[in-house]
Amino acid sequence: MDREDLLALFLHFLMLSTMAIGGTQTVMPDMYRFLVDAHAWISGKQFADAYALAQAAPGPNVMYVTLLGWQVAGWIGAIATTVALIIPPMVFTLMFARVSARNPDAPLGRAIRRGLAPIAIGLTLASAWVLVRSINHDWRGYLVTVLTMLIVMRTGINPLWLILAGALAGMAGLV
Amino acid sequence: MQKDAKSGRETVEDTPQPPKVGALDIFLAFAQISISGFGGVLFWARRVLVDEKRWLSDREFVDLLALGQLLPGPNVFNVAIMIGERHAGFRGVLAATAGFMGVPFLIVIGIGMLYERYEALPLVQSALSGMSAVAVGLLLANVARMAMVLPRHWRTWVFGLLAFAGVGALRWPLVGVLAILAPLAVAAAWKGRR
Repeated sequence: MDREDLLALFLHFLMLSTMAIGGTQTVMPDMYRFLVDAHAWISGKQFADAYALAQAAPGPNVMYVTLLGWQVAGWIGAIATTVALIIPPMVFTLMFARVSARNPDAPLGRAIRRGLAPIAIGLTLASAWVLVRSINHDWRGYLVTVLTMLIVMRTGINPLWLILAGALAGMAGLV
Repeated sequence: MQKDAKSGRETVEDTPQPPKVGALDIFLAFAQISISGFGGVLFWARRVLVDEKRWLSDREFVDLLALGQLLPGPNVFNVAIMIGERHAGFRGVLAATAGFMGVPFLIVIGIGMLYERYEALPLVQSALSGMSAVAVGLLLANVARMAMVLPRHWRTWVFGLLAFAGVGALRWPLVGVLAILAPLAVAAAWKGRR
């Protein structure tokens, strides 16, 4: 990966991080589009693996962004995507937190939150879709997905146990 | 924190006033939150910041989190930045960032190295396949939970489906989709506000 590609990677992730209102999972489909479809720097499988591994690792779920950078360009790639991820929240939080911390329920703030919430949901669904399309599961994989969803919603279980169970089920040849 | 002596509104905070919190305390607290967070950090953020350290009241935590949802980036990270700034200025911001992202950064790179080395092993492949299926289920549970707290209104369905269709099914670039959908969605919410 040359310098121009690295800069493109940094700038694209910087832009996505700026748009990541409602959590970073909302911009995941566009990371996929950029890394896998547009540039073919990594495969869809690698992308899905990075996401799954970061969910299992201690730390915020968003660390898949670091792992993607690592897969694309090693240390420098990991630093590029991580720094790109950090800067926009820092800037915006420092700019707006002091102004609006006193009244987070002001009408405009509420309208923005209410308006953007459905979009965030649609985008999170798109993230799940993108992952599903890139891992090529058969019906057993879908069954595990549906079971996971039901268990998480019905119980307060720590998701880590489910990921571990998924890994074991996979190793046992069940998925 | 007593910036608003004139309005008198900020002075009657029910916030417990802890002893001075330095950059190192902030770094350690957010490193603790972040690496305790297997499968999500929100639970630990509340526990450490509200229950253990008492840097925030319950109410304040909810308010800061709501504010974080308006801002780009992971919500707990937004909260980390606000707390860092509040207690130790820009040094506090850097400390919160280093604590929240620094240690997980190294951990995840370690995992990346192992992955590169053992990715091709069949056993690793099948473990990852199972983990991915679970990861998708976690995301879908997220979707369902977020959808359940929204009012059942045509707006919710229309904008949710359009966002999904544009970015997920059609794979259009996010910038374009958001540039069109976000203003419309906010305007609709503004018009329909009560």
